[in-house]
Formats: sequence, structure tokens, C-alpha cells
Amino acid sequence: MPRNLGQIKAGRPHPGDTPDMDLAPPSPPPHGPASAPPGDLAIWFFILAELLAFGVFFAAYAFARARNVELFDTMQQTLDRQAGALNTVLLISGSACVARAVEAVGRARSATGARWLLAGIACGGGFLVVKGIEYADKFGAGINLSTNTFYMFYLSLTFFHFMHVILGMVILVALWFKTRQGAYGPADMNGIESGAAYWHMVDLVWIVLFPLVYVMR
Amino acid sequence: MNTRHLNTVWVVLLLATLATFAIGEAGDTLGITGPVAMLLLLAISIVKGRLVVLDFMGLRGVKFFWRSLLVGWLLLVSALIAVAYWIALK
Repeated sequence: MPRNLGQIKAGRPHPGDTPDMDLAPPSPPPHGPASAPPGDLAIWFFILAELLAFGVFFAAYAFARARNVELFDTMQQTLDRQAGALNTVLLISGSACVARAVEAVGRARSATGARWLLAGIACGGGFLVVKGIEYADKFGAGINLSTNTFYMFYLSLTFFHFMHVILGMVILVALWFKTRQGAYGPADMNGIESGAAYWHMVDLVWIVLFPLVYVMR
Repeated sequence: MNTRHLNTVWVVLLLATLATFAIGEAGDTLGITGPVAMLLLLAISIVKGRLVVLDFMGLRGVKFFWRSLLVGWLLLVSALIAVAYWIALK
């Protein structure tokens, strides 16, 4: 709208002004707290719903352990803690790669961003392989959901998370394709920021899951 | 968020993961067991989770309301785990 543009040009800028997206510099220094988180608002409601589900699951695990301390502590010793730690490193690194991708795209460096996304996808793939080996080991030993309460929780909780890693990777692959095509940039960060936020949520959940299930006794 | 800051956060997260793993592997030798280990593990995961929320998710510069939802989730879940652990001790 020419009239609005004229108003923006004529108006005296002050710190409280919301910058027009087309006129905004690549990464404007914030003068005050932003009212909304990065990305689409809808993804944040989705993330909060996911966190609520995982939160209930974690609490259920912790209170189930309180009723079966000996069983949980004994069974925990049968888990591969090294694999759990390696998977933590992979998810944290994957999250760092995706954060670097968002930062690069924010500076209009799509090619760099795409490479960081690819690195994030590789970390996610590594997580799935390590977790797959862990599952194969447990299933090979004849362990299943009905083995005992601990394994019921271990398998269902980690598999619920596993599915989220897969969904996160599907999102990352989609972001990688679009970023390679230059679909995102400093003025259009919504898509990549939304996808990245979901991936960080998957990391955040594992940060609680690893000490709770693999270490705490 | 500049790249140097993101790299620093990544290194801190890796070191914190190493600390969690060390408590699991050598907690008995180090004398970090029971409730002390539990509280330390929760503290480490709160520090890690907070960094992910603020710096990776990019909520550091966002209104308190949004940060409080995510960090609040972390604190609430940790508190529930601590309560369940305390019940198990009795």
C-alpha cells in the first residue's frame, strides 16, 4: 500500500516501532523482548502438547520406579549406558548443527545453511542407528514389553521418542531441500525456524530421558 | 545468535553430557550416589535444557511468558522426578 509506505517513511522511527519485514535488516538487533517465539506460533502449541505428553510419561516412569525400586535399579544395569551417552552427544550435536543452519540462513547463506542441515540429518541418522542396535540387542535377548514393568517403560518411552526423531528427520530433510533451493532467507525465516524448533524439542526431551532412565538410581 | 556463542553452548552441552555419563559410570568411586547424584543429575539436565531452550530454540530474547512455559516444563518435570525419588527412599 503506497499510502502506508509513505506513512512509514514520513513517520519518525522510535524503539517501540515494529520494523516492516521488507525494510528490516537481515538480523535486526532486538530492542526489547520479542512478543512471539521464532517460527510459526502453531508449532509452539504443538511442541507444548508434545512436552506435556513426555512430561506425563516421565512422571509415570518416576512414580512406577518408586513402587519397584529394586527392579528398576537392577534392570537399569542391563542398559547400554555408553550407547545412551553417545546418542545424547548425537542429538545435542544435531541440534547445534540445525541452530547453525538457522543462523546461516538468517545471514542469507543458504548453501551453508543446507550443509549444516545435512550435518543435523547425519546426527539424527546416527541416533537411529545406535538406538536400532540397542533395540536389536534387547529383542535378541528375548526382551519385550511384557518382560517386566521397567522394560515396559523403557521400550515404550524410548520408542515414543524414537518416532519423534524420525518425524524430526523428515522435517529436516524437507527443510534441507527447500534451503538448497533458496526458499528461506533473512526475510522469510518462518519455515526453517518452525522445523528447527521441533528438532530442538526432540533434543530437549532426550536431555531429561537419558539421566532419568539410564543413569539415576 | 552468533556462531561463536552457538559453538560455546554446544561445547558446554557436551561437557555436561560427559558429567552425566561420569556419574553413571563412576558415581560409586567418586562418592556421588543416592539423593546427591539424583539432584546433581537433575541440575545438569536443567542447565542443559535451559541452554537448548534459550540459545538453540532462540527464546532468549523472547517474552518471559514463552520462556517460562518451556523452562517451567523442565522445572516441573524435574520436581516430579525428585518427589518420586524421595518417595522411593522412604
